[in-house]
Amino acid sequence: MEVFLQQVINGITLGSIYGLIAIGYTMVFGIIGMVNFAHGDIFMVGCFVALIMFLIVTAILGTGGAAIFVALLICLIVSVAVTGLYNWTIEKVAYRKLRGSFRLAPLISAIGMSILLINFVQISQDARNKPVPSIIDGGITLMKGQTFDVVLAYKDLLIMIVTAVLLLVFWYLVQKTPLGRAQRACEQDRKMAALLGINVNKTIAVTFIIGAGLAAVAATMWLVKYNVVSYKDGFIPGVKAFTAAVLGGIGSLPGAVLGGLLIGLIESLWSGYFSIDYKDVAAFTILVITLIFLPQGILGKPEVEKV
Amino acid sequence: MSGPVRSDAPGASEVSETFEFQKALREAFWAALVALGLFGLIVGLKTDQTLSNEIVLKPRPGLLAAMVGAVFIGSLLRNWVVWNRARAAMHRTASGSRIDMQKVEQIGLPAFIAFLSVFPVIVIFTAGWGSVPKWVDNFGILILIYIMLGWGLNIVVGLAGLLDLGYVAFYAIGSYTYALLALHFGFNFWLALPVAGAMAAMWGILLGFPVLRLRGDYLAIVTLAFGEIIYLVALNWRDFTGGGAGLSAPRIDFFGIPFGAGDTDFSARFGLEHSPAYRTIFLYYVILVLALTTAWVTLRLKRLPVGRAWEALREDEIACRAVGMNTTNTKLTAFAIGAMFGGFAGAFFGARQAFITPESFVFEQSALILAIVVLGGAGSLVGVVLAAIVLIGGSEILRELEFLKPVIGEDPSKFRMLIVGGGMVLMMLWRPRGLIAARAPSIFLKERKMIGSENVKEGHG
Repeated sequence: MEVFLQQVINGITLGSIYGLIAIGYTMVFGIIGMVNFAHGDIFMVGCFVALIMFLIVTAILGTGGAAIFVALLICLIVSVAVTGLYNWTIEKVAYRKLRGSFRLAPLISAIGMSILLINFVQISQDARNKPVPSIIDGGITLMKGQTFDVVLAYKDLLIMIVTAVLLLVFWYLVQKTPLGRAQRACEQDRKMAALLGINVNKTIAVTFIIGAGLAAVAATMWLVKYNVVSYKDGFIPGVKAFTAAVLGGIGSLPGAVLGGLLIGLIESLWSGYFSIDYKDVAAFTILVITLIFLPQGILGKPEVEKV
Repeated sequence: MSGPVRSDAPGASEVSETFEFQKALREAFWAALVALGLFGLIVGLKTDQTLSNEIVLKPRPGLLAAMVGAVFIGSLLRNWVVWNRARAAMHRTASGSRIDMQKVEQIGLPAFIAFLSVFPVIVIFTAGWGSVPKWVDNFGILILIYIMLGWGLNIVVGLAGLLDLGYVAFYAIGSYTYALLALHFGFNFWLALPVAGAMAAMWGILLGFPVLRLRGDYLAIVTLAFGEIIYLVALNWRDFTGGGAGLSAPRIDFFGIPFGAGDTDFSARFGLEHSPAYRTIFLYYVILVLALTTAWVTLRLKRLPVGRAWEALREDEIACRAVGMNTTNTKLTAFAIGAMFGGFAGAFFGARQAFITPESFVFEQSALILAIVVLGGAGSLVGVVLAAIVLIGGSEILRELEFLKPVIGEDPSKFRMLIVGGGMVLMMLWRPRGLIAARAPSIFLKERKMIGSENVKEGHG
């Protein structure tokens, strides 16, 4: 029972992070129908920006008491800004010209971008793991067990709250604001949206920036949870987040978070009860099974191909 | 689509006679500002570990300034080139001569084959026996392995238009099939080769059958996941695959005669002085034959109904279905045949290395093979050769450029994948349908007119 509860808490935390990344995949896919393969690496760039900012800010403010929260907030803001700038640039340089091109061109371009980003960070920051001291310690003991106690760590609580708040904010943004309406219009028919005076390029650019911003939030949370960053961190979380987006129904915002939570739970329960070696195999298998048997996802609409 | 109009041809009336320097300067300034934002933290500050594993930041203002400056100048240059080209286009009446890529394909391939079949002889006569390991092994064999993989993947990506991101999985299956058969049943390379190919093809069918109904990008992601699963299983199933420690495989032999120093071995039987170079040269010709077989089969298949069906499928799947083609079976044949050649290459890799570890089959390898196909212009055999020579040979040459290390501060060979990634993006922006890929009509009235790739859009031409 203790193992189960603890793994559920871990799974929800991990799932929140995957969900935040998955929103980026799902929004971009929704609006221009492309799998942004480089999104996982955008997340990794966000991790590095957060790490470097964290080192700068803590060097100035110190790490005691409330200073850590101020430091984290500054990290978050800078990471969101810089990562957003990255995705904006990438969209403008590598994807925009390819919108009317043949089917696989944007995906191949995104794969190229992904390779470019991984190697850019590897060369500029070297290939070693970058550890920082534990950022937030302590937690609430939920249950006394015989072998160990079930603990809800403060950092896990922070991650869950941040995800929930951001989800509500973006849900509101997409459903109720002019920007969200423009996004949904572009999703349905780009040409018609343009005829009705929506700046399609700007809307798509903003979508990329929002996606990257959420990935940067996830990146900061990743730093808080794992206290270590590496240039390889983009690939596996990226694929898992993509799985989450597909599982939840690609194009659907709550679906992305739901999918993320499911993937996080499956992964942590799998490592708790079966084999930790095969946890990534489990995630990839779910991806394959989902794509084959449930390509429209849990909350998505079945796709009709039109000529 | 019939006229010679290219989509990126600028409207002639918009070009001004003088270069708008101020506007370009403003643009370059903004580009430099964005670059400062992008590189400011990640390039400007380097995270270094101290001895106690604590991270300290080391500022690199010089490098940052150089990169931002490069972006500024690059933006100015780009504007100037665009303006120059637009002005030239306005003054020119004829569209100018363009290289006929179809001709390059026809002449290039035989010339290339002729050169390759005498390559080891050239090496021995110009550089001596001592340079065989370097030139024949590191350059020749390695490049040929990638050419073969590129040609194999070309069937899937270039002809059938299916994006396979996990091609290295079939390569891995071929390698492990060979190593395990040799280990448990004493198979030699020649016996294991067909089994390795069949095994890879079988896995191709097993994987392909459920997933080939999916749309293009989902298919790509499923193959990526499959490639990762194979890698992770090879890494973690220690009892079977040896895990990360790897598995040793027997070296290649000369149709049953080993290349050793013993009395009954190759050099003794043929009255030659013992030298490891014989094995290397033999390996070279084996992979050459394997690679050329791949190319030959591809060229023949292209003319069969199934090859035509692949190309039709690549152009417009919905139309194919509308005329009653069984798209799943057509895709499956492409997938299985591509996988089979991957399996052959894998068995060869095992016999060459004599030792295989999962690290040879990571996603980066799949990406590299895909990059060879994409940069070569999907669908073109000569393009794959050129791309493999540039990417694989180029990275070997980068390794030779050690002396540049003090200048750029890093090992030049580290930049290989950076160049690969950037190249893929540029290729997609510049000519997404490939360099040489042209459409040859199968039915025509008087003469067969080629349709250049730039005039073919999906569902057109």
